[in-house]
Amino acid sequence: MNGFARPLKIALGLIVVAGLIIVPMNFNRYGLFILSQWAVMTIAAMGLNLTLGYAGQVSLAQGAFVGIGAYAGAIMTTHGWPLPVAVLVAIVLSFGVGWVLGYPALRVQHHYLAFVTLAFSTLAFLVFRNESWLTGGIYGISNIPRPHIFGIATNKPLPFYYVCLGSLAIVSLAVWWLIRSPWGRAFVALRENPLRAQSLGIDTRRYTLMAFAIGSALGGVAGALYAPLTQYIDPVPFNLSLSLDLLMMVIVGGAGFYFGPFLGAMIAVLLPEWLRFTEGYYLMLYAIAVMGLLIWSPTGILGILDRHMAARRTKAASALRAVAKSRLETAQ
Amino acid sequence: MSAVLEVTNIKKSFGGINAVDGVSFDVCEGEILGLIGPNGCGKSTLFNCILGQLTPSGGEVKLDGKVVTGLRPSELNKLGVSRTFQLLQVFPKLSVRENLILAGQEHQGNMASRLVGRSDAGLTDAADQMIGFFKLDHLATEPAGGLSYGQQKLLDAAMAFMGGPRLVLLDEPAGGVNPSMLADLKERLVAINREKNATFVVIEHNMEFVMSLCSRVMVMAEGKVLAMGRPDEVRKNPAVIEAYLGH
Repeated sequence: MNGFARPLKIALGLIVVAGLIIVPMNFNRYGLFILSQWAVMTIAAMGLNLTLGYAGQVSLAQGAFVGIGAYAGAIMTTHGWPLPVAVLVAIVLSFGVGWVLGYPALRVQHHYLAFVTLAFSTLAFLVFRNESWLTGGIYGISNIPRPHIFGIATNKPLPFYYVCLGSLAIVSLAVWWLIRSPWGRAFVALRENPLRAQSLGIDTRRYTLMAFAIGSALGGVAGALYAPLTQYIDPVPFNLSLSLDLLMMVIVGGAGFYFGPFLGAMIAVLLPEWLRFTEGYYLMLYAIAVMGLLIWSPTGILGILDRHMAARRTKAASALRAVAKSRLETAQ
Repeated sequence: MSAVLEVTNIKKSFGGINAVDGVSFDVCEGEILGLIGPNGCGKSTLFNCILGQLTPSGGEVKLDGKVVTGLRPSELNKLGVSRTFQLLQVFPKLSVRENLILAGQEHQGNMASRLVGRSDAGLTDAADQMIGFFKLDHLATEPAGGLSYGQQKLLDAAMAFMGGPRLVLLDEPAGGVNPSMLADLKERLVAINREKNATFVVIEHNMEFVMSLCSRVMVMAEGKVLAMGRPDEVRKNPAVIEAYLGH
């Protein structure tokens, strides 16, 4: 992204943010629902991008943390607690559970870690389904209220969309701060070369656990927003396929790129809607598009941009070298 | 002079093979100790045991008189022990400057201050000084993966010094480095040794480099210490000639 001048980047960012605020004002109920879902899923995918993309720890359990957050949010708000408190509880709960799930990552990596987290995902699903006293079992929890924020009711789709968008903005800023802090650098070191990281005093155990806990906590935030968005939850949306969807969002957008989850969630949530006009074929087209993209660029959409920038840098550098060389020759 | 590092009867076996078989030695403050020996004689394994990357099967490592055997590498690094690797171990996607900031950041503040504080942990100036010291100025913002092998070796060494270590274990710093860059590297090491009073243990196959840099040389063969002494003594030792230097 270094190719753009800074003011241009800021201008572009402002246009996108303004667009996200203004354009949906004319959207119908369904359009707003889809866009809110995009915001919520982006939050969850940002969490997974932190764990997987930056810190390099494979997780197939992000969907389970969305579930944990959703049930925490649903149970608390239906019992009269305000949503911000429920979000806070969801954060603490999924942070704690995520921390514990990080311990296997201290012993196993890659595919083996994927299996451990997959088992956790199944376990969480069984708890949602079978512990009916808490979760309502297969009947789920209905009539989840939407909050009053600063005295404004957000029952209608548009105000609640702004709740989701505002939450996304806060999470985006926090993640931006985190990845450019020394912690973010330590996460990357964990992914690139844990052995070297250790020898430089980086406490790889603590950072691994933190990467899991923080990533999971963002899953919890997404869940706590998902519950009032749909106003009804049951265990089905939080099974393994949600974890796989979130994984796909991160990979397709570009794992380890800040804007990866935004794009990935856009493709996963919006593209199927845009392809609806093809009727029966939309899932097939969607699958083919994703396969084609990953064959073309295994590092996702932002990987393409990154390669393009790297090529331009190399070109510029070799041009500089050529100039320097010719000067040297004339001097001789 | 007091001993910075005291290694007593360190053993490490892999299955039936005794890779390190009862090695003992001391390193004095400010000394540069050379460690030579044929491939597979246990030099790198000894390093890994001292640095906590491997748990020794027996024996004891003391730093400033305190037992540090079994501490994790990150904990040892916090106590002022640093290292370089035989194979390149820089972070290829980070820039040269970022590599150096990363190498020093865990020595600044605590976990909380590293989260809420400055993104460079206040190390940009220190990193740039190190970049200048190792003559990598024009490469500060380049990704480390794009550097030449020799430049990456220099960066690897520079990273080991970012935390201001008291003791540095260098594993074949001269391997694959061209002669002019090697002279540079030696000059830097000597300067850091003198100015910062840093103590070095250096594994190296380049005899000229070892003999001119080190005040003492330890020779290992088959997991044991074969000889220890001043470079010129070791060079003449018949057992060393037989096992390593050749006739």
